[in-house]
Amino acid sequence: MDILINKALAGDMRAIARIISLIENGDPIADAVMRRIYPLTGKAMVIGITGSPGAGKSTLTDKLIESFRKKGKTVGIIAVDPSSPFSGGAILADRIRMQRHTGDEGVYIRSMGTRGSLGGLSRGTREAVLLLDACGKDVIIIETVGVGQSEVDIIKIADTVCVVLVPGMGDDIQIMKAGIMEIANVFAINKADKPGVDRVAAEVRLMLELVRDKSWTPPVHLTVAENGTGVEEFAESIVKHHEFIKNSPEGARFEFRRLSSEVEDILLKNLTRKAEKVWRSQKSGKLMEDLAARKTNPYTVASDILRKLFPQADYDEGIKEANTSHVTPDN
Amino acid sequence: MNTEYKEARAKFEAGVAKSLQKHKERKESFSTGGGLPLGRLYGPDDVESVDYMRDIGFPGEYPFTRGVQPTMYRGRFWTMRQYAGFASAEESNERYRYLLSQGTTGLSVAFDLPTQIGYDSDDPMAQGECGKVGVAIDSLQDMEILFDQIPLDKVSTSMTINAPASVLLAMYICVGEKQGVPMDVLSGTIQNDILKEYIARGTYIFPPKPSMRLITDIFEFCSENVPKWNTISISGYHIREAGSTAAQEVAFTLADGIAYVEAAARKGLDPNVFGERLSFFFNAHNDFLEEVAKFRAARRMWARIMKDRFGVTNPKAQMLRFHTQTGGSTLTAQQPENNIVRVTMQALAAVLGGTQSLHTNSMDEALALPSEKSVGIALKTQQIIAYESGVTNTVDPLAGSYVVESLTNEIEKKAFEYIGQIDDMGGMLTAIEKGYVQKHIQDAAYDYQRSVEAKESIVVGVNKFQVREDNREMNLLTVDASVGERQIAKLRKLKEARDNLAVKNALEDIRAAAADDSRNLMPLIINAVRSYATEGEICGVLRNVFGEYTENIVL
Amino acid sequence: MDERKIRVVVAKPGLDGHDRGAKVVARALRDAGMEVVYTGLRQTPEQIVETVLQEDADAVGISILSGAHTFYFTKIIGLLKEKDAGDIIVFGGGVIPDKDIPGLLEAGAGAVFGPGTPTSVCVEWLEKAVADKRAKEQ
Ligand code: B12
Ligand SMILES: Nc1nc2c(ncn2[C@@H]2O[C@H](COP(=O)(O)OP(=O)(O)OP(=O)(O)O)[C@@H](O)[C@H]2O)c(=O)[nH]1
Ligand SMILES: [Mg+2]
Repeated sequence: MDILINKALAGDMRAIARIISLIENGDPIADAVMRRIYPLTGKAMVIGITGSPGAGKSTLTDKLIESFRKKGKTVGIIAVDPSSPFSGGAILADRIRMQRHTGDEGVYIRSMGTRGSLGGLSRGTREAVLLLDACGKDVIIIETVGVGQSEVDIIKIADTVCVVLVPGMGDDIQIMKAGIMEIANVFAINKADKPGVDRVAAEVRLMLELVRDKSWTPPVHLTVAENGTGVEEFAESIVKHHEFIKNSPEGARFEFRRLSSEVEDILLKNLTRKAEKVWRSQKSGKLMEDLAARKTNPYTVASDILRKLFPQADYDEGIKEANTSHVTPDN
Repeated sequence: MNTEYKEARAKFEAGVAKSLQKHKERKESFSTGGGLPLGRLYGPDDVESVDYMRDIGFPGEYPFTRGVQPTMYRGRFWTMRQYAGFASAEESNERYRYLLSQGTTGLSVAFDLPTQIGYDSDDPMAQGECGKVGVAIDSLQDMEILFDQIPLDKVSTSMTINAPASVLLAMYICVGEKQGVPMDVLSGTIQNDILKEYIARGTYIFPPKPSMRLITDIFEFCSENVPKWNTISISGYHIREAGSTAAQEVAFTLADGIAYVEAAARKGLDPNVFGERLSFFFNAHNDFLEEVAKFRAARRMWARIMKDRFGVTNPKAQMLRFHTQTGGSTLTAQQPENNIVRVTMQALAAVLGGTQSLHTNSMDEALALPSEKSVGIALKTQQIIAYESGVTNTVDPLAGSYVVESLTNEIEKKAFEYIGQIDDMGGMLTAIEKGYVQKHIQDAAYDYQRSVEAKESIVVGVNKFQVREDNREMNLLTVDASVGERQIAKLRKLKEARDNLAVKNALEDIRAAAADDSRNLMPLIINAVRSYATEGEICGVLRNVFGEYTENIVL
Repeated sequence: MDERKIRVVVAKPGLDGHDRGAKVVARALRDAGMEVVYTGLRQTPEQIVETVLQEDADAVGISILSGAHTFYFTKIIGLLKEKDAGDIIVFGGGVIPDKDIPGLLEAGAGAVFGPGTPTSVCVEWLEKAVADKRAKEQ
C-alpha cells in the first residue's frame, strides 16, 4: 500500500489511477490513504463545472485545460457521467472532447460513474480530488453530470462553482433558480453563437440583483466553447473567485462549512458501511420470512442492528415519546 | 366504400377470427422491418383516404410518386454504377476500365480514408490506412492517373467525397481540362453531404458552419460553370447502415435536404435553379414492401417540401432523383453465397421504387473489399433484373397495391413527424448538436441487435439454419501493403518537381478567402490544385482557419 | 453496495468511421453492469493506451472495420507492454478476415469477434477474462 501511495505522490499516473479505483470501489484501505495524504492537500484550485445536459461542459472544460496549461499549471479532471440505475453500468464519454490532451503529461483525466450517488457527483469524487491535490495537480476541474436542480453536491467540494447555461432555455431559468442558480460563483452563458444569448444573460443578471450577499457578485460570461471565444475571460473570473475565497472572511467561513460537511459525509459513509455489514451478516431467509409474515418489523430489526453497533445508546427514545403522547402501541 | 364490400370484409374477418382459435398465426402481431404495424390483409378501405391526383399522379408529374420520368425504364434503364476503388490510382484505373468493359455505365469512386479526411499519404494520421478501403489521391497527378484513358466527356463519375469535396471536384475539373473537356460538359456527382457525416458516416473535418459554406460555394460555382454536375448527393444510405429504420432514413435525409436548401437560399441562390442539381442516395434493405413504399414516399415528400415549403415551381427542382445501394449491413459473413439472394431482392425493390442508379453489393461484403468475381456477380444481378425480370417493361407496377399505397402513406406520416420534431428544435444543425438524430439511430441499431439475439428477427445462417463453415479458404481481395510507401515516394518527387512558389501563393490566397465568408473558395481551390498543391496542404490551410469538428456522443 | 466494477475502454483507432458495432457493444457492456469509457473516433494508438492507463481500465476493446486491424492491434499491444501494462486485456472485433485472427491472438489479443457475434458472447468472454485476471492479481 505504502509503495502505491509513494508512487502516486511521486506522480506515477498508473498509481494514481489505481488508488482512485480503490476509492470508488469503497475499498477499506481508502481511508488509510486519505489520512496519509490529507496533510498534503489544500493547495490545488478546485473548480466545479455544472449545468444542464449538453450545455457544453466538456467542451468548456477542454478549453479551460488549454488555458491553464498555457500558464504552466498542471491539471486534473474528474468527469462524472450517470450510472444506469438498472444495470449499474455506465457509458463514460465526457473525455471525448478532451482527448487531445491525452499526450500531455501535465494533464490527468479520469471518468467516473455516479454509482447510485444522487448529488451530481460520484462516490469517491471528493477523495479523488484530494488525491490529485496531494499529488501536485495545480488545478482540478470536476465536470458534474448534466444536472436538474437538486444535484448540488459540487459546492461541498469545489472552491469555485461554474454554472453553464445556454440560450433557448426560456422558462427553465425560473425553475433552476431554486437549485443550481444559487450555487454559482461564475456563470458561463455558452453557445453564445446562437440567438437568444443576450436574453439569458440579462435574465441571469436580473436575478443576481436579488442576491443579498454582495461580497461576491458572480460574473456572467458569454462563451463559445467550440472555438474558445470568451474562455480566457471566464478563466480569469475563476481565478479571481479563487483568490477571493482564499483571502476573505467569507472564504474562511466557506472553508469551515466545507470541512464540517466533509466530516459529516465521512461519518455517514462509514456508519452506513458498518451498518450494512451487520445487516448483511444478519440477513437470513428466516428473518425475511418473519418480516413478510409481520412477525417482526423493519424498525425493530434496524434498532437491533444499531444496538449491536452502539450498545450504550438509547434506541427507545422514540417509543417512550410515543407512549407519553398517548398513542397506544399495538402490542 | 360500398356496403357489399364492407359486409363481405366483416364476414371475412369474422371467419378468420374463428379459424384463429384453431390455427394461430406465426406471431401475435406483424410489422415491417422498420417496426410499422402490418395488417393481415389490405383492401380498398385501407386506401380510402388516397386521392389519386393529389397523392399519386402520373409519372413525371407532381408529386412524382410514380417516378420522375413518364416512361421510366421503358425509355432507359437505371445507371448501373458499382462503387469501387482501392490501393493506388494505377490499380483503380485498371478496375474501372474492367468495369466499363463489362457494361458498367457510370463510375463511382471510393477514396481511402486519408483522402476522405483531408490527409496526404505521408501524414502521420494516414499510417496503416493508405489505399486500404479506397484509392489514395494526394494530388492532381494521382487523379490524372486514375482517369487515364477514360474520356470524361463520355462517362459520368460519382465521387464519394464529402468534407474535401471541393478539392476533388477541382481535380476532376483539371483532369477534364487536360483531356480537352470543358467544365460545362462534365457530368457526375460529388456526395458533398456533410450533415450525414456528422450523423452517421464519420468523415467530417470542419465544424458545421464553415462546412455548410464550402457546400454552398460549390452550389454557386457549379450552377454557373458546371451545370450538368450533381452538386450534392443527400444521403440516407449511411444513416440506414448506421442502424436507422426506413422511416428515419427518409426523415433524416429529407431534413438534411431542407437544411441545405435553407443554407443556399440564405446565400441568395434560387431553389428553382440549384434545386435541379440536388440528388439523393438511399438504401435498399430486405423488407421488400416497406422498401418500395419508402422510395415512393420519399419522392412524394420531397416534391411537397420543395413546393409548399420553398415555393419551388420548376418541376425539375421538385423531383427527387436518387441513387440506391443495397444494404451492406444485411449481408452476412456466414454463408456468404446467401448474400446474392438478399442483394437480388433489395435491387428489385430499388427498381420497383424507381431508382435512377444502382449499386449492388457483393457477396463477400462482410468479409473484405469485394473480389473481382463477386463484383461481377453483383453487376450481373442488375442486368438480370433489367433484361429478364420483366418488371422494367411497365411504369411503377406496384402502384395501386393496397398494401404498398398504405405503407407509402405510413412512411410519409412517420417521417413528417420526425421532420416536425427537428423543425421544432430549430433545424437539423441543432438536432445534430443535441444528438437527437444520432440517439434515434443508435437506439434503432441496438434494438435490432437485441431482436436478432433474442431471435425475434431471423437472419438465415446467423441465428437460424447455421452450418459449420470456414472462410479462411475464400478468395478475398487483399490490398497491397506497399501503397503507402509508393504514395509517399510519389509525393516526395512531386514536391521537388512542382513550382513551390506558385503552390505557396495559391495556398495563401485560399487562407485569405477562407476567412472571408463573402468569397467563393472554388476558383481558388482549382487554382491551387492546378499548381499541384496537395489535398492535405489545401485542407491543412482550411483546418487552420476553420478549426476541426469533434463528434457528439449520446449513447 | 461497494463493489469492484469492470472498467473497459472501447476505442476506435485510426480514421475508420464505422462505429455502429462499437456503440452496440459499448451499450451491451454497459447493460451488463460495466463502466465503459468510449473514446470516440480517430484515436491514435498512443491516445488509446494513455486513456486505458488514466482510466485504470481492466480491458480495452478495439473495433476496426477498415482493414487496418493488424497494424493497430499490434501497435496498441506493443505500447501497453512498453508501459509495463501488458496485463491489461486487449480484445476487439469488426470486419477481420479469419486468416488474420491467429496473428492477432499471437500478438497478444485475448479474443477477436467478427460480424454476427451475439454481444452476449462478448460480454461473457470479458467477464470471465477479467475474473481470471483478478484472480491472478490476488
Ligand atoms: C454499416 C457499414 C457502413 C456504414 C457505417 C455506419 C456507422 N456509423 O457505423 C457506412 C455506410 C457509413 C459505411 C461507410 C464505409 N464503409 Co462500410 N460497412 C458497413 C457494413 C455494411 C456493416 C458494418 C456494421 O455496422 N455491421 C453491424 C455491426 C453491429 O456489426 P460489426 O460492426 O461487425 O460489429 C460486430 C462484430 O464485428 C463485433 N465487434 C465489432 N467491434 C467490436 C468491438 C469490441 C470491443 C468487441 C468485443 C466486438 C466488436 O461485435 C459486433 C456485434 O456482433 C460493413 C460490411 C459488413 N456487412 O460487415 C461495411 C464495411 C465495413 N465498409 C467498408 C468500407 C470500405 C466503407 C468505406 C470506407 C467505403 C469508402 N471507401 O468510402 C466507407 C467509409 C466509412 C468510414 N468513415 O470509415 C468495408 C471495409 C473493407 C475492409 N475492411 O477491408 C466493408 C467490410 C464493406 C466491404 N466489403 O467493402 N459502412
Ligand atoms: N453552437 C455551439 N455548440 C456548442 C458550443 N459548445 C458546445 N457545443 C456543442 O454542444 C454539444 C454538447 O457539448 P458537450 O461539451 O458535450 O456538453 P456537456 O454539457 O458536456 O454534455 P453532457 O456531459 O452530456 O451533459 C456538442 O454538440 C458541442 O459541439 C458552443 O459554444 N456553440
Ligand atoms: Mg460532458
